[in-house]
Amino acid sequence: MSDLTSLTIADAREGLRKKSFSARELTEAHIKAVEKARALNCFVTETPEIALKGAEEADKRIAAGSARALEGIPLGIKDLFCTKGVLTTAGSHILDGFQPPYESTVTRNLFDAGVVMLGKLNMDEFAMGSSNETSYHKPVINPWRRKGSNTPLVPGGSSGGSAASVAGRLVLGATGTDTGGSIRQPAAVTGIVGIKPTYGRCSRWGIVAFASSLDQAGPMARTVRDCAILMKTMASHDPMDSTSVDLPVPDYEAAMTGDIKGLKVGIPKEYRIDGMPPEIEELWQKGIQWLKDAGATMVDVSLPHTKYALPAYYIVAPAEASSNLARYDGVRFGLRVPGKDIISMYENTRAAGFGREVQRRVLIGTYVLSAGYYDAYYLKAQKLRTLIARDFEDAYKKCDVLLTPATPGPAFGIAEKTDDPIAMYLNDVFTVTVNLAGLPGISVPAGLNREGLPLGLQLIGKAFDEATLFRVGEVLEKAAGPLPRPTPWWEV
Amino acid sequence: MSVDKNTVKRVARLARIALPEERLAPMADELNAILKWVEQLNEVDTSKVEPMTSVVKVSLKMRDDVVTDGERAGDVVKNAPLGEDNYFAVPKVVE
Amino acid sequence: MTTAVTAVHTSRADTGPLIEGATGKWEVIVGMEVHAQVLSKAKLFSGASAEFGADPNEHVSFVDAAMPGMLPVINKYCVEQAVKTGLGLKAAINHRSIFDRKNYFYPDLPAGYQISQYKHPVVGEGVVIVDLPGGKSISVGIERLHLEQDAGKSLHDQHPDQSFVDLNRAGVALMEIVSRPDLRSSEEAAAYLKKLRAILRYLGTCDGNMEEGSMRADVNVSVRKPGEPLGTRCEIKNVNSMRFVAQAVDYEARRQIDVIEGGGKINQETRLFDSKKGETRSMRSKEEAHDYRYFPDPDLLPLELEDAWVQRIKGSLPELPDDKKDRFMRDYGLSLYDAGVLISERESADFFEAVAKGRDAKLAANWVINELFGRLNKEDKSIGESPVSAEAMGAIVSLISDGTISGKIAKDVFEIAWSEGGDPAAIVEKRGLKQVTDMGAIEAAVDEVIAANPQKVEQAKAKPTLAGWFVGQVMKATGGKANPQAVNDLVKKKLGV
Repeated sequence: MSDLTSLTIADAREGLRKKSFSARELTEAHIKAVEKARALNCFVTETPEIALKGAEEADKRIAAGSARALEGIPLGIKDLFCTKGVLTTAGSHILDGFQPPYESTVTRNLFDAGVVMLGKLNMDEFAMGSSNETSYHKPVINPWRRKGSNTPLVPGGSSGGSAASVAGRLVLGATGTDTGGSIRQPAAVTGIVGIKPTYGRCSRWGIVAFASSLDQAGPMARTVRDCAILMKTMASHDPMDSTSVDLPVPDYEAAMTGDIKGLKVGIPKEYRIDGMPPEIEELWQKGIQWLKDAGATMVDVSLPHTKYALPAYYIVAPAEASSNLARYDGVRFGLRVPGKDIISMYENTRAAGFGREVQRRVLIGTYVLSAGYYDAYYLKAQKLRTLIARDFEDAYKKCDVLLTPATPGPAFGIAEKTDDPIAMYLNDVFTVTVNLAGLPGISVPAGLNREGLPLGLQLIGKAFDEATLFRVGEVLEKAAGPLPRPTPWWEV
Repeated sequence: MSVDKNTVKRVARLARIALPEERLAPMADELNAILKWVEQLNEVDTSKVEPMTSVVKVSLKMRDDVVTDGERAGDVVKNAPLGEDNYFAVPKVVE
Repeated sequence: MTTAVTAVHTSRADTGPLIEGATGKWEVIVGMEVHAQVLSKAKLFSGASAEFGADPNEHVSFVDAAMPGMLPVINKYCVEQAVKTGLGLKAAINHRSIFDRKNYFYPDLPAGYQISQYKHPVVGEGVVIVDLPGGKSISVGIERLHLEQDAGKSLHDQHPDQSFVDLNRAGVALMEIVSRPDLRSSEEAAAYLKKLRAILRYLGTCDGNMEEGSMRADVNVSVRKPGEPLGTRCEIKNVNSMRFVAQAVDYEARRQIDVIEGGGKINQETRLFDSKKGETRSMRSKEEAHDYRYFPDPDLLPLELEDAWVQRIKGSLPELPDDKKDRFMRDYGLSLYDAGVLISERESADFFEAVAKGRDAKLAANWVINELFGRLNKEDKSIGESPVSAEAMGAIVSLISDGTISGKIAKDVFEIAWSEGGDPAAIVEKRGLKQVTDMGAIEAAVDEVIAANPQKVEQAKAKPTLAGWFVGQVMKATGGKANPQAVNDLVKKKLGV
């Protein structure tokens, strides 16, 4: 039954409805795949019992004709989502043993729709990273390898476990979160689809916060349609999240008409950055051609403040994180390291509980908010955000959607970039602007490079216009053709 | 603006992260590299720009004054490393 | 909670009462930050109960405990109460305000930050008029009012080497009301607090209960030689009664004067008021220099208020103490003092108005203030606990006005009504306390007294003021029930004086 793991969510949904296979069979096939793939280190916590129980319930419902939207679909959940009674670590030592007594809104939406949880997926600690190497639970390994090489590659980050488990056929789909590119960048370098919805589209309630004004949950799956299916259920208006938007969630699948004739696609010239590898430029040109062939018109647009997005992000995100992470103090949950008094208990707990990258960002964030520096850094960065958002508004006067590369390059080797934080940060150069402006962005696989590694293209939409991203994304996906399946070298 | 060892010490204290002496200087270098990089924002004249205060253009939702939560101290303290009688316990604080 | 923006500019131009020091006279400058708990059912940003007194951590939601991924949603009623209070303080309402995070680590602050308002509070500048004994009034500037979360509570005496943390209060809505440093003495400080409390209670936005901590004052004190710039101030925390405010100001002013005159310097610091010793002392836990790293809370959007909503609240405001005082003086012809006493509590004012309705208002005020309030004070009762109802009090006033009883007898009736209850008219009837208005009976009594005291009659003719002695004798003879005016007239007539 191992081919059950190669189904798309759309196919699995159909197969379950037609009773071609049971939810139990589908789940068991995935549990087996998960067990065989421990070398990839995708999971922090595997939950086969919960999965089987969910599958049993799904089969009952299917038999009774009361199947819900995602009945029996096995997914992985990023360990940033609080799951009731199931260990939730956010990839950090400081949340040791934490079992939330509550369920995040997004996972509740999924479970209420019949989703089966296979486990909690590894990630960069508190979603701070672009390679999954900052996880307390050790890095995730990308299922993809360079042609003729055994060098382990990173799956991108921070949703590295999500991306690798989807690409490796361990799960049909996964939840991710994206603060600066954490869905789109790993999706691109593992050859899958990932969408960061508009800020406010998915509730942040119950998702461990990294940078509140940038964080947004989204689906990761192997096809654009699968992402559209998951997104429909994940998105909702949540009265418990003040920034969640009270707008109807459209039927994204219905929006995927395949027709993009007359669509105006903006090509932002500032995304042609210095030192960009030729293969990325070639990929971009291919994408432009595919959309032209499908009847779209290309429009040159300018997003003049693009180069300031990453530096602005590396002020705003650490500043918010420094405050969001203050609650990890050893008092109410997680790790506590004793000290001679309350202050040293705090200091010891946070020194032992946070990894280096998290400590670095908390310190940067604390510094830029501290007395005398607020205006120079934080206020300045928030003003830049206004300018960046304005750039997009101006561009959308001339076009409907933007096409850019998703990443500046393919997956790189483990430990290749860990010594240079700024080089690591540059992985998000094409994705981070979208978070700063709160817009939706989707990463779609666009082929393999000469080394046989996947690369992705990004579409950026207008606020709350995810439907257009799915429509155009599917056109790109079709034009690019399906990627081969990565050789399962990890199977034992 | 450049960060020295003492600044790192002060900031680490504010952030309640114990940093051993030998990590102060390397951390200062790391922070300086990042700060120098982000200071390219100074190239942009933002004197007439309002800072972004809300990512989505909606006004703040308000809820009604109704008690909908609480009365579950057991759940609240369940994950606490140390506690007694539904209190959280911390090393003694002197006021 | 050291306030976000503490006022530093005084709007007072006059010099207050001065304190004698070794090097000359000193002026004390006081400003206050009052934390008033909003009378709401639920907390400011969570659905847990804001009620006082519950088992540990029972009035706590996961939001209050700052569990990972929890988010704040604001309580509309709390915003409304803040706006209402702002309007009551004649303050500007800011139609756009912002919630900020104030970051610091403390065990009773679960998130590691307090949600407060820093640069853009919901209420801007206002004013409180404070009447002082002796008829003087001062205007105390209000710098701002903002909404913020209360902290939890640490208990230090339950365990030898641990503190216990209870988050029941964490997240309860507070209004922080910041005055300008416009107060110049301990009396002014206490009077300001009393007036502010009255306004809040009139509005119904805070119960003003200082014992339970639903109203708390941090007092900023500095001293200067008259005419000099403001000195360095110290913030005194935990001052939880009017009396303690006065004590704390007096103690702290003297301490600062002594320090400066002894060649020392005042350090800006936070001090704790020890009510048992009546002194202030430096707070160890607050020694460390704070850097609160305020920034707008990204979990919340700017708070935008529609003008129509604000106007609706404005339209629903009750009559406030100052307006009531003016009306009492204007409509009832009361003195400033009497009006001031009556309006100090809304319940007292309502009681008075019920007594005065359709009656002699000045007489009513006299009786309510002197007899009733005097008695209530003596027995430490509130107006709500008065055994004599407004109706009964009114009946007594009516009995005096229509001449049924004299003022003296009325005091006896009040006494009976107080201790035994009952309708005053019935008491008068039953006990035969009615004033004698039968002129024949009075005349007979007068004649009798005159006939029995021929010597006094002679003396009175020479010295007419002695007529009073005859009046007294007649009153005595009639058991106090004779109409004193009638007796007076008759005695004078008969004596020919």
